[in-house]
Amino acid sequence: MNVIASNLASNAALATPNGTTRPQVSIVIVGHVDHGKSTLVGRLLHETGSLPDGKLEMLKAVSARRGMPFEWSFLLDALQTERDQGITIDTTQIRFRTRSRDVVLIDAPGHAEFLRNMITGAAQADGAVLIIDALEGVRDQTRRHGYLLHLLGVKQVAVVVNKMDRVDFSAERFGAIRDEISAHLTGLGLAPTAVIPISARDGDGVAERTPKIDWYDGPVVVEAIDALQPARPLDELALRLPVQAIYKFDDRRIVAGRIESGGLSAGDEIVIMPAGKIANIRSVEGWPSSPTGAQGAGRSVGITLDRELFVERGDVIAHVGSAPRDTRRIRARIFWLHEQPLAAGASILLRLGNKETRAVVVAIEKAVDPGELSSAETKAIARNHVGEIDISLAQPLAADPYVDNPRTGRLVIEVNGRIAGGGLVLSVDAGQRAVPVDIVPVESALRPEERSARYRHNGAVVWLTGLPGSGKSTLARALERKLFSDGGSPILLDGDTLRAGLNGDLGFSPEDRAENIRRLAEIATHLARNGHIAIVAAVSPSREDRAAARRIADDTFREIYVATPADVCERRDPKGHYAKARAGVLHGFTGIGNDYQPPESVELTIDTSSCTVSDAADEIERMLIRTGVLFDEVTDIAANI
Amino acid sequence: MQPGMDHLDALEAQSIYIFREAFARLKKLALLWSLGKDSNVMIWLARKAFFGRVPFPALHVDTQKKFPEMYAFRDHYSKEWGLDLKVDHCPPVEAIDPTLPPAARSAARKTEGLKLALNKYGFDGLIAGIRRDEEATRAKERVFSPRGLEGGWDVRDQPPEFWDQFNASPPPGAHLRIHPILHWTEADIWAYTKRENIPIIPLYLAKDGKRYRSLGDADITFPVPSTASTIDEILIELEGTKIPERAGRALDHETEDAFERLRVAGYL
Repeated sequence: MNVIASNLASNAALATPNGTTRPQVSIVIVGHVDHGKSTLVGRLLHETGSLPDGKLEMLKAVSARRGMPFEWSFLLDALQTERDQGITIDTTQIRFRTRSRDVVLIDAPGHAEFLRNMITGAAQADGAVLIIDALEGVRDQTRRHGYLLHLLGVKQVAVVVNKMDRVDFSAERFGAIRDEISAHLTGLGLAPTAVIPISARDGDGVAERTPKIDWYDGPVVVEAIDALQPARPLDELALRLPVQAIYKFDDRRIVAGRIESGGLSAGDEIVIMPAGKIANIRSVEGWPSSPTGAQGAGRSVGITLDRELFVERGDVIAHVGSAPRDTRRIRARIFWLHEQPLAAGASILLRLGNKETRAVVVAIEKAVDPGELSSAETKAIARNHVGEIDISLAQPLAADPYVDNPRTGRLVIEVNGRIAGGGLVLSVDAGQRAVPVDIVPVESALRPEERSARYRHNGAVVWLTGLPGSGKSTLARALERKLFSDGGSPILLDGDTLRAGLNGDLGFSPEDRAENIRRLAEIATHLARNGHIAIVAAVSPSREDRAAARRIADDTFREIYVATPADVCERRDPKGHYAKARAGVLHGFTGIGNDYQPPESVELTIDTSSCTVSDAADEIERMLIRTGVLFDEVTDIAANI
Repeated sequence: MQPGMDHLDALEAQSIYIFREAFARLKKLALLWSLGKDSNVMIWLARKAFFGRVPFPALHVDTQKKFPEMYAFRDHYSKEWGLDLKVDHCPPVEAIDPTLPPAARSAARKTEGLKLALNKYGFDGLIAGIRRDEEATRAKERVFSPRGLEGGWDVRDQPPEFWDQFNASPPPGAHLRIHPILHWTEADIWAYTKRENIPIIPLYLAKDGKRYRSLGDADITFPVPSTASTIDEILIELEGTKIPERAGRALDHETEDAFERLRVAGYL
């Protein structure tokens, strides 16, 4: 067998217990209550010869005893309560076979009250059958189900227009419904694979194209199910092994979990997210014997690592180079099932893979009633509605956007120990900071405009980077004096000054340098958000650390590269550091060690070896005007008195 | 060779996942061992999940009316498999709701026995080997199924369960039923039993033109006509039959809703 064929075989076709190979698909049947889902399912089972002997007769007898006409739906609604109320309550899984495949059929209830059960069913489906009553046409619930299928990532939908007998098998009526539902679904990016006129009760269009619908030339229901594709192959995606548990039953320390995507082998170099620790897989363990060869998606495995690392439930194991993002901030599109609406500020429990963490809903960005498809209010997401939310996590976790990996890009929200909603990860850490849970920032009594009006400028972080001795501090001080003279509110934050106090606990390792920059950026951003111009003078040699600072300060950030040549810097040596470093008594000094990473794109570059301090300060001022920090009109305070 | 999975591999992997979730999320678990083909597969799967050992007790709620072959099987394999076996007896039938039909009343002893065992040991999770394809009310089950304080099942208010995210926080005093083989069929059980060479009670194999398809109490379980004397023959028989698995269980046929009434009260 060649590689491509065997790869396909591993996903698209599952060997059945008797050794034959037939693809297996799971489908969900959804639609408005009373539009005939259970009847269609009963009919499908009958037509495909999947009913146990005597079942039909038993149901006929039950119907007769109750004095009711025979209903195909009795077949599924086996529960007493359901027969009494005439509605299907929960999802039921039923297996049957078509000509080409094994089908797991998930019957989902249509009653609005039981939407959570529909989602429970539909979330596991490869494809869906959406049913519409020919007489009633497209209803809110129909549209809502269409939207939810789209939301759950179900890509294939066959639409059936049922009860055609009630509209005299009218091709016109069918055409109108077909056009309406097609437009709705296509608008959601979910073009129907077929729209089929049927009468489930009598069997028209289910397994056979009967004379009553001879004007219809598309597939019948069984053929449409035959054409559904099994789920997309997960083996082809990057490795994701969420850790379920660590077992130490004997001298082995086994990391256990299910491979959600990709594959692994003993010897692979892996990274444990979100911590980013690296190890090699020493062995793949199993009982009664250990498996040999590569392990693919879907397998529940146990592995041992070549070194003792702290690994815990909820971590995600990936291959180095294709790891998921670690984040404390997630944007997600969710559906909400709980009675209590989900509001901004809500404290929730979020579960993604095997990771569980407390979280806060930072913002509700959109809230939609999927029946209306109109924007509802955006303060909260009501029960059975959907929305987009911004979530801040108490602990970092590893996640992928849903488009990159459907298995590690979906989450559920728990309220009081019960799943209350679920959804898809749209993006991971969109450059915003996580807001720690239980911390409620107190806002300033003043609005930013009030300060701007007084200072004649907006808040900003002016970040000067460059080699030691390049002139950053000198320039920063000149700029501070200049802005103050003009009535502004500049504040100098010098890297060395802060290291004498706030950052006194930090050394010069890459981690400590990164933390030093992070704290500088946080303080500067706080000042900028309160209307001041924070002037930061810090070598900040790492491009990545400066990028992190820019993310923190966001649109207030202005970066200036003080690009004075290295030899000039060393000649100046204002603090005597170069001399000490050359003498070997100052370790980890940036400049001699060539570890300064010059910026690639900044708001301004200045070479102090070729201009005066005053000219340089003027140039910075012009840049601040150009980029909207300084108001470029009158700066003469006296004129306003 | 690609890491392909067949049908049984996929079932096995899913069951192991469920076992590990239950063990990770609940404090005091027990596995209900009825000695039948399903619970034997379940124990095998637990040993796979935990690399050879079952890290929680196996509980046999004993009606003391099982077949002698079943007791012999229990005593032998609890030792061989290294199980922490707990056997608890059911109350007498006189203590059971007299409004139930006879076979159901007899079966309800198990529900009462189970409640007593739950109280005695304080389990917050009970792993049970039910399957969706056995019976219509079981088809409605969740994988992690919350039970009320009295052990009851509220089929009308089950929490949502999707994407293998399970609800695992029973209220204080209540417990969860965990169903690691809910997604298996009768044929799957036999095919897997054969592949893994899992021991079975010989009553499942045909003798004198009859065999047991499902084992309950000796007085209310009956053999069905069959010539299948090997697992291979059972699989062929299942391919062709349309007789429901529980056809030999008297209680299922007494009244339309007898089984459902039992299940709502906490029966498996």
